[in-house]
Amino acid sequence: MLRLIIFLASVVLWVHSSRPISHASGVSAENLSFHGFLQANYDFRLTGQQPPNPQGGDLLFGEERFQLRLGYSNEKVRLFTRTDFYYDHVANRPSIESREAYAEGSAGAADLRAGRQILIWGIGDLLFINDIFAKDFGAFFSGRPIEYLRVPQDAFKLDVGTTGLSAEIMAIPFFQADKLPSNSSFVEFDPFPGVPRTTQDPSVALKNTELAGRIYGTTWGFDTALYLYRGFFRIPALQPNQISAPTLVTETFPRLAVYGASTRGNALGGVVSAEVGYYDSLDDHSGRNPAIPNSQFRYLAAYQRQLWEDFTLGLQYYGELMFQHDAFLATLPAGLPSQDQHRQLATVRLTQLFWNQTLRVGLFAFYSPTDQDYYLIPEIRYSISDNLWVAAVGNIFGGRSTTTFFGQFDADDNLAITMRYEF
Amino acid sequence: MSYVWRLVLFAVAIAAAEEGGQAPLRGASPLEDAASLVRQSQEAFYHAGTDLKARVKMTLLTKDGQQRLRELTMLRKNEAEGSQRYFLYFHGPPDVRGTIFMVYTYPNREDDRWLFIPALNLVQRVAARDSRSSFVGSDFSYEDVSGRDLEADTHRVVRTEALGSRQTVVIESVPTREADYAKKLSWIEQVTFLPLKEEYYDVQGAPYKVFTTDEIRDVQGFPTVTKRTMTNVKTGHKTEVVYENVAYNVGLGEEIFTERALRRPPEKWLK
Repeated sequence: MLRLIIFLASVVLWVHSSRPISHASGVSAENLSFHGFLQANYDFRLTGQQPPNPQGGDLLFGEERFQLRLGYSNEKVRLFTRTDFYYDHVANRPSIESREAYAEGSAGAADLRAGRQILIWGIGDLLFINDIFAKDFGAFFSGRPIEYLRVPQDAFKLDVGTTGLSAEIMAIPFFQADKLPSNSSFVEFDPFPGVPRTTQDPSVALKNTELAGRIYGTTWGFDTALYLYRGFFRIPALQPNQISAPTLVTETFPRLAVYGASTRGNALGGVVSAEVGYYDSLDDHSGRNPAIPNSQFRYLAAYQRQLWEDFTLGLQYYGELMFQHDAFLATLPAGLPSQDQHRQLATVRLTQLFWNQTLRVGLFAFYSPTDQDYYLIPEIRYSISDNLWVAAVGNIFGGRSTTTFFGQFDADDNLAITMRYEF
Repeated sequence: MSYVWRLVLFAVAIAAAEEGGQAPLRGASPLEDAASLVRQSQEAFYHAGTDLKARVKMTLLTKDGQQRLRELTMLRKNEAEGSQRYFLYFHGPPDVRGTIFMVYTYPNREDDRWLFIPALNLVQRVAARDSRSSFVGSDFSYEDVSGRDLEADTHRVVRTEALGSRQTVVIESVPTREADYAKKLSWIEQVTFLPLKEEYYDVQGAPYKVFTTDEIRDVQGFPTVTKRTMTNVKTGHKTEVVYENVAYNVGLGEEIFTERALRRPPEKWLK
């Protein structure tokens, strides 16, 4: 496997280096495209602390990766694959990951895409309301390039548009849970420490097919959208087999519907945006089942502005309002952490570019005044040439309590280094 | 605007310049004449045809010869009342391949700007407050790519001058709105109305950026600047831009300039 990666990479590099410099294409016939990258990516914990039975020690993440993107397109049809071949130094084995593989057909104002794809919508910056698609928080918390926050999903997507109004409708027959930081790599809060776990995904059945729809358009300079989703929570709900001394915990994914809206446009000398969503917890309207999240109203307000040349400031304020909070408190099992009725988060993003935008220095910060925890992501990235860049990203967690969303990773502060050669 | 009319305007401007701007000619003040000349120039430089398609190659060069390339397809469509729409699809460098900038420009109003990032399949809205900031790290600003409001400066005819074999009118523009320059001199060609040279001065009165037109070609009857350079005199950094495969009036539809097209770019226009 490793030999295959090296072989493929050397073929690509040889082909690439034997051609004159041009960006127009990798190796391209009229309708074919052939691109990708070679990447080294390592992430180290800096705190000296480790979880019980750590898999990689202080190496939270380490790999060499080769990505191949192959595409074919004409007026009617598009075929695209994005495949990663990599060697994982934590698990000590090579692996293959299909990131995208789809066929797309167009007829008039409609496009239908079927296959593995990256689904995304909503307008938050690292805050998600109507973006209910699968995410890999483990990848994000260990400083991997931002595209790896997204977990590909196998789905059908129909896109219909006019110049005024467009719509996307998706059907997702195969459930994909969010990927959370694994307890073999991360020191993290576990409400049921040491208890064996099993996972119960929603079965593949017509009634379990997730449906998502969005209608969007731009009016008076504002991009406005309405969203609908019917499917499942992607973060597992933990069901112990008995409350007092559980011997097995089952991770389940309760049913969820989300109704939402968003808008954004130029105002106040920058870009202003707002998003709302109602999370309807279909299996627990009463809020009395402690193993199922209660219904919520989520909101987000954001402002982004360029303060001076090549410096941008982004601010966001986000909140989750829990319904039936009294019932939640009344049924909360002893020993489990409580949650505020109105959890709030503020974020700030600062980005400064230097040297004709080849050097980027940035900071993203989360702070929750209700959880009293924080998460800081400093970043520096330099484009050594048009093909080669190198980046260092820090992930710094902390808070008053080790049971809150960011506070639990207090012992996992880490530094990631990435170098990528693109062709 | 017919050629004859342009020439008349030009003659008026020259007359105004030669009289030292003292005597208004036929009711028009020299200030207005300079402004109409700049308007003519902007029409020729940024608004030719009803739409435009071009392959744009930018070379960014540092003082010590390091070079970076930016290659894109520019699709541009004129709208009512001087508004325009731009769809800029990047073919390279590799780390921005497939990135798209979409811009709606409006006279005397902030642009609407969108950015599509292909690796994330993500459409972002971009803050557009400072139109003088660098376009993709080049020495050109956003305004240099899509034009600056006529009313954002006061314009004055300074003199006429020959640049090589071409006759030009030199216009001085002093910003009345936010700008990174204190004064700009433009050498506007008498026949084509294209700017052949521009010098940007800082508050100390020293030139710090120089624009030159290096090649003009006739494309479907429209004189078109197909090679241009912007040099930062202070840093020695410069950006050379070549327009290839320029075509006007190709029939770009409204549907190209939509959020939907960012997620599914119109292949046939990008080859």
